[in-house]
Amino acid sequence: MEDFIEAFFNFGILAEAWPILLDGLLQTLLLSALVVPLGILGGLILALLSTARTRWIRWPLMAWVDVFRSLPPLVLLVFIYAGLPFAGFEVSAFTAVAIGFFLNTGAYYGEIMRAGIESVPAGQMEAARSLGLSRAQGMRLVVLPQAVRNVLPDLISNTLEVVKLTSIAAVVALPELLFQARQAQSVTFNATPIMAAAVAYFILLWPVVRLLSKLENRQLARRA
Amino acid sequence: MSNWDKFTNSFFNARVAWEYAPKILDGLWLTILLAGCIIVAGILAGLVLAVIRAMGIRPLNWLIIFTVDLFRALPPLVIIVLIFFGLPAAGINMSGFVAAWLALSLVLMAFSEEIFWAGITAVPPGQWEASRSLGLPFLVTFVLIILPQAVRMVIPPLVNRTIAITKGTALASVVAVPDILGAAQAGVSFSFNPTPLTLGAAAYLLLFLPVVIAGRWVETRFAWKR
Repeated sequence: MEDFIEAFFNFGILAEAWPILLDGLLQTLLLSALVVPLGILGGLILALLSTARTRWIRWPLMAWVDVFRSLPPLVLLVFIYAGLPFAGFEVSAFTAVAIGFFLNTGAYYGEIMRAGIESVPAGQMEAARSLGLSRAQGMRLVVLPQAVRNVLPDLISNTLEVVKLTSIAAVVALPELLFQARQAQSVTFNATPIMAAAVAYFILLWPVVRLLSKLENRQLARRA
Repeated sequence: MSNWDKFTNSFFNARVAWEYAPKILDGLWLTILLAGCIIVAGILAGLVLAVIRAMGIRPLNWLIIFTVDLFRALPPLVIIVLIFFGLPAAGINMSGFVAAWLALSLVLMAFSEEIFWAGITAVPPGQWEASRSLGLPFLVTFVLIILPQAVRMVIPPLVNRTIAITKGTALASVVAVPDILGAAQAGVSFSFNPTPLTLGAAAYLLLFLPVVIAGRWVETRFAWKR
């Protein structure tokens, strides 16, 4: 038992590793603050385009979304980071992460928002148009607010997944929380820094998980 | 050499592709094997936890809820790293394959427990009452009446979640498992040409694109009746 505490909950090591871990946590938060809005923006563009009437827009869009939902995010990231330099584009780890997340999470957000828009009855847009609002105004002021409300649990759930996913940036040596924890672990030969990172993720995300659990149950109860 | 030639020579190099295709194919089988093991273990464990939770033993339920929350909140890669690089400090050594399997199974267990549980609570209480008043015991009611309705209800979210977590098998490459991504990355560093990555991406598309498209179909087929 003492060995276990020594290896996983070693306060001496924690005190030593604290500054880099904190730095990593900050990077994780910053990265999340960048990629979540980026993904939502991408998703919104995809969802709005998918309301187009012509199938020449809708079908390629669906293919785009399905391709980026099929590729594991890590594969996309490695392809961008390790592959693009061969095509003459040197990308920093940060840029690679931003591009990869934009493509991957944009597709997921797009699917969710498309479902949201489709869940709003067509009569809402018709009513908005007959009140003299333009199509854009009807979308922005009438349809989108209802759409977002309808799929809010899914949006929050996806955002949680995106924040968790930022940990894969460690693979391309972006100094976020997991990467810093691994660095500290390999220097100290002790698992405490990784444990600390796990605890940090848990403290950060547990409230979101609780909230989601409540929202999902309520949604299901309403439907049944 | 024109730019276009340079591009095809890097990303669609036939010679490199020919050389590394067998390795990627081995990786493909390994990915399928890993994914299969995760799906079986994760969903079964999730179902068992949901059934135990339905029995309503308080302290046990708190433990289940905490476990589920824990594995929903932690990034899968963090769990894999913790198991693979952390547990040896406690004297437990696992291969990368087992570490990735264990980590992702735990994650899928957590998500599927939550989904099964939501389905079980969504079955109207009248079903319980009717079945019990017909003289069926608790367990029979649960297995024959409640569970089938609950499972049917939760198929779309369960399929989506399973696909999402199965894609996490690519994370196993981080702990030196020669799955598709692992084999592709090894290929790139040996050949100094990104064609193996192109092959790897194609392999993932081959594997997951049909599943994603089938997922769309499942969503409409089992959609909630409004």
